[in-house]
Amino acid sequence: MAGRVVLHGMWASPYSKRVELALKVKGIEYEYVEEDLKNKSEELLRYNPVHKKVPVLVHDGKPIAESLVIIEYIDETWKEGPRLLPQDPYERAKVRFWAGFLQQQLFEAIFAVIKTDGEAQERAGKEVHEKLKVLEEGIKGSYSGGSPFINGNSMGLLDTVVCSILGAHKIQEEVLGVKFLDPEKYPTVTSWVTALAELPLAKETMPPPEKVAGLLQFLRSKALESAAA
Amino acid sequence: MDGVKLHGFWLSPFSHRVVWALKLKGIPFDYIEEDLPNKSALLLQYNPVHKKIPVLVHGSRPVCESMVIIEYLEETWPQCPLLPTDPHERAVVRFWVKFIEEKSPNVWIVYRSVGEEQEKAMRESVEMLSNLEEHGPNKGKKFFGGDGINIMDIAFGGVACWIGAIEEVSGRQIFDAAKFPRLNAWKANFKSSPVIAENLPDREKLREHLARLREKRLSSSTHK
Repeated sequence: MAGRVVLHGMWASPYSKRVELALKVKGIEYEYVEEDLKNKSEELLRYNPVHKKVPVLVHDGKPIAESLVIIEYIDETWKEGPRLLPQDPYERAKVRFWAGFLQQQLFEAIFAVIKTDGEAQERAGKEVHEKLKVLEEGIKGSYSGGSPFINGNSMGLLDTVVCSILGAHKIQEEVLGVKFLDPEKYPTVTSWVTALAELPLAKETMPPPEKVAGLLQFLRSKALESAAA
Repeated sequence: MDGVKLHGFWLSPFSHRVVWALKLKGIPFDYIEEDLPNKSALLLQYNPVHKKIPVLVHGSRPVCESMVIIEYLEETWPQCPLLPTDPHERAVVRFWVKFIEEKSPNVWIVYRSVGEEQEKAMRESVEMLSNLEEHGPNKGKKFFGGDGINIMDIAFGGVACWIGAIEEVSGRQIFDAAKFPRLNAWKANFKSSPVIAENLPDREKLREHLARLREKRLSSSTHK
């Protein structure tokens, strides 16, 4: 598949990271533009006028926004290379359902833990555990534990989402002083995340732990400051 | 071909979206009306994660979340397509579906809240409409899908066809026809198109039900 591919992203954005993972899984050559979110490029504003956010993939000058939409586009456009979604419509529906759950429910809950303290943080923490429990129950059937990839033999859309949200869980847990991935409570999810985080592809794509720690501390202090204001 | 069942609720826009897709595609199905305060054991078994309708059951396989269901229908029954074939065009449609899913809950927050919370939701709802008015695909055509209805029309239909009742019940105007002429024309086209016109909740029943629920909610001592 010919055509120039440019990804407008940002190192700290999990949405951006999951698109990078997808591009690399497919072996697609792309140019990367690191956006300064306080000084967004004119192209980004033109390519995503509705949200003005990363990631935006530009293929042959045509922009696509929304990380999960981008990943589905990648899968439909580059048919050679590993599949990012399964072929069977029912399996695809499950992937879309769980991707939505991870993004809307689990990610939001983790974010709440980052931005709060005291009782509010405790409540947020309980939410995270509730969501992890649901996830554990839900995917137990689909993941044999034999390979890190939830569907088939290579990283797919759901793996990129999990990697981008939970891949840095050790650092999150350290910085926040909480425990998310308890291998006894969530054996399937924990082994999946651990295996994904160990992959060379994940290690080379995901931001280094020190940078993640710095980001979490920054986000947290900013949120707590404005809450106290 | 395995049978199709839809667990739905007459008041729910999400339920209606799936009905529209099924009927537009001519897919025969059995409809099961769920009594929401008294969810059936089957529903809880099919959607243990959210315990919500709609749930589509194809054979014995449940699919949840209205837009996930509709993509499943599209992939399983390709007749009367609800998505374009070109990958970039598909991505644009899915972008807008995601946009509508993300922003439209604000309309429901206007319905069920008061004060500052309602004001914020009003602003977000109006901004959502502005974005659709200005940037929505296929300007000048009957539908966001061009000459025919696509999944973006279906997604927005689940918002636009409920806004009127929400406005009446909450006393707030979200959809000013003068400010949103394009969307206004779209709404008339959508509501009058066959299949949709025959599958809308009774306006009076809807208004009554929403009014009752709202009063109950706002007067309850646990309301924040």
